[in-house]
Amino acid sequence: MARVVVNVALKPEILDPQGRAVQGALGRLGLGGVTDVRQGKQFIIDLDGDLEGDRAALMEKLAEELLSNPVIEDFTLTVEN
Amino acid sequence: MIDSVEAAKTNPLSEQPWAELGLKQDEYESIKKILDRRPTSSELAMYSVMWSEHCSYKSSKVHLRQFGDKAPKTDALLVGIGENAGVVDIGDGWAVTFKVESHNHPSYVEPYQGAATGVGGIVRDIISMGARPLAVMDPLRFGAADAPDTRRVLPGVVAGIGGYGNCLGLPNIGGELVFDESYAGNPLVNALCVGSMKHADIHLASAKGVGNLVVLYGARTGGDGIGGVSVLASETFDADGPAKRPSVQVGDPFMEKLLIEATLEVLHAGLVEGIQDLGGAGISCATSELASNGEGGMHVYLDRVLLRDASLSPEEILMSESQERMCAVVTPEKIDAFMQLCKKWDVEAVVIGEVTDTGRLVIEWHGETIVDVPPRSVAHDGPVYERPFHRPSWQDALQADAPTPERLARPESPEALKQTLLDLISSPNLASKSWVTSQFDRYVLGNTILSQPENAGMIRVDEESGLGVAISTDCNARFAKLDPYAGAQLALAESYRNISVAGAKPLAVTNCLNFGSPEDPEVMWQFAQATTGLADACLELGIPVTGGNVSFYNQTGDTAIHPTPVVGVLGVIDDVDRRTPMAWEDDGELIYVLGNTADEFAGGEWAHLQGHLGGLPPKVDLPMERLLSEIMVAASRDGMITAAHDVSDGGVGVAITEMALRANIGARFWIPDHIDPFVFLFSESTARAIAVIPRTEELRFTEMCAARGMSATRFGVVDSGLGADSGHPDEQVIVFDSLFTLTVDQLREANEATLPALFGG
Amino acid sequence: MSARIGVVTFPGSLDDADAARAIRIAGATPVALWHGDADLHGVDAVVLPGGFSYGDYLRCGAIAKFAPVMSLIIEKAQSGLPVLGICNGFQILCESHLLPGALTRNDHQHFICQDQKLRIESTETLWTSDFALGQEIVIPLKNGEGGYVASEATLDELFAENRVIATYQGGNPNGSYRDIAGISNKAGNVVGLMPHPEHAVEALTGPTTDGIPFFASVVKSLVGAS
Repeated sequence: MARVVVNVALKPEILDPQGRAVQGALGRLGLGGVTDVRQGKQFIIDLDGDLEGDRAALMEKLAEELLSNPVIEDFTLTVEN
Repeated sequence: MIDSVEAAKTNPLSEQPWAELGLKQDEYESIKKILDRRPTSSELAMYSVMWSEHCSYKSSKVHLRQFGDKAPKTDALLVGIGENAGVVDIGDGWAVTFKVESHNHPSYVEPYQGAATGVGGIVRDIISMGARPLAVMDPLRFGAADAPDTRRVLPGVVAGIGGYGNCLGLPNIGGELVFDESYAGNPLVNALCVGSMKHADIHLASAKGVGNLVVLYGARTGGDGIGGVSVLASETFDADGPAKRPSVQVGDPFMEKLLIEATLEVLHAGLVEGIQDLGGAGISCATSELASNGEGGMHVYLDRVLLRDASLSPEEILMSESQERMCAVVTPEKIDAFMQLCKKWDVEAVVIGEVTDTGRLVIEWHGETIVDVPPRSVAHDGPVYERPFHRPSWQDALQADAPTPERLARPESPEALKQTLLDLISSPNLASKSWVTSQFDRYVLGNTILSQPENAGMIRVDEESGLGVAISTDCNARFAKLDPYAGAQLALAESYRNISVAGAKPLAVTNCLNFGSPEDPEVMWQFAQATTGLADACLELGIPVTGGNVSFYNQTGDTAIHPTPVVGVLGVIDDVDRRTPMAWEDDGELIYVLGNTADEFAGGEWAHLQGHLGGLPPKVDLPMERLLSEIMVAASRDGMITAAHDVSDGGVGVAITEMALRANIGARFWIPDHIDPFVFLFSESTARAIAVIPRTEELRFTEMCAARGMSATRFGVVDSGLGADSGHPDEQVIVFDSLFTLTVDQLREANEATLPALFGG
Repeated sequence: MSARIGVVTFPGSLDDADAARAIRIAGATPVALWHGDADLHGVDAVVLPGGFSYGDYLRCGAIAKFAPVMSLIIEKAQSGLPVLGICNGFQILCESHLLPGALTRNDHQHFICQDQKLRIESTETLWTSDFALGQEIVIPLKNGEGGYVASEATLDELFAENRVIATYQGGNPNGSYRDIAGISNKAGNVVGLMPHPEHAVEALTGPTTDGIPFFASVVKSLVGAS
């Protein structure tokens, strides 16, 4: 059993209006000193068996091609066994 | 331990939570009498949702009967009250179906999802009649525009309507946006949908044919909105706000879009014997209604229902209000084809039962019978209340407090009149609604002929012939508070007038009756008066009520909202090319006001701005409305008219301002003889319209009005060249002789700044 | 024998019928293409219409790019098949890498539907040849995710190679970089456009009929070529 967690967020240079809106709200609700907020997505993928070899490479490829759009997004992928 | 029918027989005295589920003691006793034993917990769940006010109409039925009893004879009605929606013949083998419904309480609790699922529900009602949905409209009412709670609720509601409707691909062609302190804590989110079909495609919600299969298709069933109808819509909020917070229904418009396409395909392929959407009360409603409308019996295997959440109990499954689900009755020969079409659209479908002739709705859960009831007792023969009602003790005093000049100081000087016009067109109720409407797609499907801010929404039904329909929804609840009988009639009159002014002939009526608690005899009196007023007016105008919705319990504590009987009128136009828009076009066009203007300000928008509500609303004149309608439709059809606008909130002054803004062309006006300028400009007398006539048609038009006995007074002329002489070279201006001049830009700024300033950019 | 232009329907496509109407009005024959069929039925050009394909789940157009019909379209587009992506179609073209850049959430966070003024910046593409260079038109804009973004290098390249085909005028309605409303690929056969020309083809229902030349352009080029 493996769990893959992929976090996707907009690249720093892309305007993130949702992150900015959240930043404003945090400030209005009393949390001072918030210097930045980025809003992203998290994919939690549960798999049978282990993730290794070709399968791991495919997962990495899919994270890059399906789960994120490399033109505007970065992703991180962690595996929990 | 499942509470089966067997268990109910062997343990007759078990304590049951009928009160927590919203049932009253006598209703519980009634159920025991019907079943000749105590109900199982599943049966109790079914009765509790189906007998709730929202589903059973128990407090309103006796009054709503009038719509049927007093229905005018008309050939146009193909399906009347009682089905999911009424169906009206519009000619050429085409029919349209339309209905408006409320989703008030959920929108207060969760504005986005409440409003979104309101759109979803009404659209499913329309497709379950066999129609392709064509357009949506939304009558919306909120508390004061600058109230913090309005700031919380309105943006979410608007985003929800847009988010759901835009994703379905349905143009939003109009609605209303009203702000009144009366709705603080009880916003009204009503949703309308109109659809079209050929006569042959009309389908009814009935389960016919013993042995036919009952199929549940669409989204999986989860824990959404369990008890929503009984707990939310049948109880008021207490003053601390939305204390009751059961899981709110969450909508998935993409699933609904797939559902629409799959449903239309199975209908057109002739694969369906009966069809019902799952709305309030979910599976309880769909199965009991289908069964009672058909052979009278159905056998359901509840464990076959596809679940999103495997931990749901059978009671919860029966009460779930998960969205985007439909129920169809399909013959065994056609079931494979039906399933194939669902698969094509990636819509899950499962056979959950079959039609029987036992006269009972029997539901099994893993082999045990948990429901065995007469379906009519659940769906149609619920309790009928004759709630007591009496005229409020304060009604006389309210009606006596008329906005006379002595009571409310009136503007007299030209400067004061000018300021009044600016105050009115910048007030939240009359300001430009484009902050809201620009969040809705009005173009999709390519058949939108007229949409906000025009008088009515108009859709082309047949691209070859140009046959189209127009719809408007209206209600001035302040009129209804002053006199609910007249108020309902005035709502009908305004909607009827709006359709006619656009060039469409009124054909049928729908309504959404939003009131306070039916347990309050004063509210019940308002309801009785309003329904009687509406039924009487429909009879007199010759257009039937085809269906509608009642929303009770719109109140916080003891304070009910103003009685708000929203009336929608649908009309037909032979060729949409002939429609009459709002904007005048060319220099020299003559501007007329049709009808008679009297001193009538009670309940109107000027009085509202002065903080006053009292007196008697403007006089209802149905024969005059009918005459005006005939003239406007004839003028449109015969090419006599360039533009028109009904006169309502804010009177003539506001009407011509709205036309000028739409046209972006100036005009010159004068106050007619023998009438006070303030009265002429701002009175809200009924049965009036502004008509813009090309010079070449003037004689023909005025002769038609004279021949029919309609007063037509010329009081303006379109003129794009007034700027230079009035000190505003290169600008479009409105000039009121001897009174004031305003540039169109000044009017636009006043009109368009209000909503963005209140609700953000 | 008029030109045949395919219109793809994905689950959730909304403006496919409108695209078909526009094609008819421009004098060609619309051909319905199903997302699940890897078959273009010999059409001469393809339109990817507006809508919310797959509910806009994951990202707008992200799932549509993997539809069977798309692998065929991508292949043919790379050999010169004219393809017009409108709104959601533009998003699909970017996700498919037939066009550079990406579309993001409108900067003001609202869905916006308005009659939008545009300037035609290039008449060198198969879909814009029927316009005059610099022509100002008004067609409806309606989207929630219409903000075009790309790296500075890509933007510079697009302008330098005359591949920006239309820009927003009278204010930027969605935060698109450099007011870009539409772009083309290098060969000029693939065009992505955010606003909706198919809603401006009849005086009765649109703000103008300024949308017709988009479709007439490709019809003329096809008829000319045959």
